[in-house]
Amino acid sequence: MAPLGRAALLLTFGLVAYALVGGSLAAWKRKRRFAVSAQNALVASFATTLVAAIVLWAALGRRDLSFVYVAQHTSKSLPLGYALSAFWGGQEGSLLLWLLVLTGYAALAVLLNRRSRDLIAWTVPVLGGIAVFFAFMLAFVSSPFDTAAAPADGAGMVPSLQNPYMLAHPPMLYLGYVGLTIPFAFAMGALLARRTDERWIIATRRWTLAAWTFLGVGQLLGAHWAYVEIGWGGYYAWDPVENAALMPWLAATAFLHSVMIQEKRGMLKVWNVTLVTLAFCLSLFGTFLTRSGVVNSIHSFSQSPIGGWFLGFIAVVTVFSVVLIYIRLPLLRARTKLESLVSREATFLYNNLLLVALALTILWGVVYPLLTQAVNGTTRSVSKPYYDFFLHSFGLPLLLLMGIGPLVAWRRASLRALGKTFAIPAVCAVVTGAALLGAGFGSSLPGLLAYTFSAFVAASIGLEFVRGRRAAGSLLRLVGRNRRRYGGYIVHAAIVLLAIGIAGSSAYQTVRERSLRPGQSMTVAGYTLTYESLGTRQLQNAQQTSAVVDVARGGSHVSTLHPGKSWFPVEQSASNDVSIYHDPRTLGDVYTIADGISKNGTLDLKVLVKPLVNLVWAAGFVFVFGSLVAMWPDAVEQRRLADRYAAVPV
Amino acid sequence: MTLALVLGAVLAVVAVVAVARPFLREPAAVSDTLDEPGELERRRLSLAEERDRALYALKELEFDHRTGKISDEDYRSLVGPLRRRAAEALRALEPRAEARHARVARPG
Repeated sequence: MAPLGRAALLLTFGLVAYALVGGSLAAWKRKRRFAVSAQNALVASFATTLVAAIVLWAALGRRDLSFVYVAQHTSKSLPLGYALSAFWGGQEGSLLLWLLVLTGYAALAVLLNRRSRDLIAWTVPVLGGIAVFFAFMLAFVSSPFDTAAAPADGAGMVPSLQNPYMLAHPPMLYLGYVGLTIPFAFAMGALLARRTDERWIIATRRWTLAAWTFLGVGQLLGAHWAYVEIGWGGYYAWDPVENAALMPWLAATAFLHSVMIQEKRGMLKVWNVTLVTLAFCLSLFGTFLTRSGVVNSIHSFSQSPIGGWFLGFIAVVTVFSVVLIYIRLPLLRARTKLESLVSREATFLYNNLLLVALALTILWGVVYPLLTQAVNGTTRSVSKPYYDFFLHSFGLPLLLLMGIGPLVAWRRASLRALGKTFAIPAVCAVVTGAALLGAGFGSSLPGLLAYTFSAFVAASIGLEFVRGRRAAGSLLRLVGRNRRRYGGYIVHAAIVLLAIGIAGSSAYQTVRERSLRPGQSMTVAGYTLTYESLGTRQLQNAQQTSAVVDVARGGSHVSTLHPGKSWFPVEQSASNDVSIYHDPRTLGDVYTIADGISKNGTLDLKVLVKPLVNLVWAAGFVFVFGSLVAMWPDAVEQRRLADRYAAVPV
Repeated sequence: MTLALVLGAVLAVVAVVAVARPFLREPAAVSDTLDEPGELERRRLSLAEERDRALYALKELEFDHRTGKISDEDYRSLVGPLRRRAAEALRALEPRAEARHARVARPG
């Protein structure tokens, strides 16, 4: 079936090339049938890409080792679920996933916006142009359908990827990365069509929110995967590839806020198209980092020939966008001005500056080692203190702004009104900070500030709901009539949980290591861990050795943990099997790692007690709930927008 | 191999038909021009956006006032101009105003 896969990819390439060239000509010459034909080509490209994807999935499921890709990433003993997830476990497959998601999104965007003929006419060639690059790479540079004589068995899958989280984490990230293409394409389409009204923003509002949500959830899933699988005791290591997903998310966060100012005040048009371009370019850059093998990371693939192509494409996209924005500057000028530096829109602006500054400093941290390598031939790495410094410098003020923003009125706010609205959150923050300081939490200033600011934000959100409910009459009516605002506040609550979880589990964690013989114990932060015995068992494709460790608190047994190691004979590789006790009383974890297991039965046990870490994962659920509230269609607004655009061929 | 080629050929035919469909459905279309908003329509759209913005701002102002985020003094100084803006946008969007604007835009 490899020829069918190759043929399908060639067809995709032809279709998206037609969408690019034909769509551009149609939009330029104002040819209706030609434009619809280009739209159909984009929709059809999803079908042909889907066929290619099915061919690859079928080969992975059957472990057809005559496919080079299948032989490189699976083995006969690999469980089916992981064999299917090898689709995104390698470079060629993940490029195909990019193209599949892109053409799927593009087809959906075309079908949903067919009535907006003028706008969609120029959006189609932009989407086609982006798809052309990925289809070209897959058809001519890095094909997943290369075949060779089948080996006796495949090379297997990296053990750390053999984790249920890997079934969801990469696709979720891709839905986010690629989702940012749609607002970018609509923004460029609007500029090409000389449409600087809000139509493109309205058409892409939910796309942006959905992409941003997927990217956020994808990162949290990745963090949890790292936490339970990699076995170093953390969930975020400022790895370049982790940063690659964080940067576009930060830029998209800034965009989601600043776009509201354009909608409400008609301001920041240039800034918004710049942000959407930045978010898209950063998502391309993230893909480049992961696919090119230019950085050393547990997430990145081996050195490959696609890096140069990617850099070239990013350069083309950047130059195209910058030139287009520059040419259209006269159309993008705002007619209104910021009335006061103490207003809701001003706080959004400060939030934007901090988010973009954080994204760019992280970008510099990622790029700097690559530049020193290219210039001097020596790699100077950027490590945790650099990132921590900027996270504290920009992240903590951002957290505080999340609490300040909702309390400030649009346009301008007087000092007296501010005093009234700030009083309760400020008191909550001061009391929390003082209590924590008294309880000995002053050992970490960033941690103490994070908790104090979190109290301020939580009080500010709570107050917004209470005052809003009082004004609207009922909570349901309040949220139902202002879904974006209150959905946003719920997302802010998720960020507060995240901040508390991160501060607790990093600034106030306890780490101990000790070699134990069976029967010996160690005590860590009030928990007593006793190493009882060692055992082995055979898994489907690995042999696992694990210890039995009793965990007690206050003299009472609370859990039995099984930290150990697994040996994967096909992959000739071992993995750490961590074992975790989730303490419902403290919302924290007792995290155990078997750093070493000697033949004589000695266990090198590493124990981390991580207070409040489970709030990080709980934040994910709140985040998704808030995003869904914000995304949920509002019938009243739909009618208003339908009325607005009814008489205009948009 | 043969099955793959047959499936590939079928896929190609389906793709070509999908792309050619607008021309097959309307071989001799009466109008093949892509609609484009004219100056009047662009202005109408801009006014509709301005109207919505003003109405939304009024709604926000009322809400901020009721929830104590804005003082009575600030409310009084902001509400007047916003109401005027909304009224102007609404007036400009009236059919008669549009027609008048169209006559001005197309003299003679």
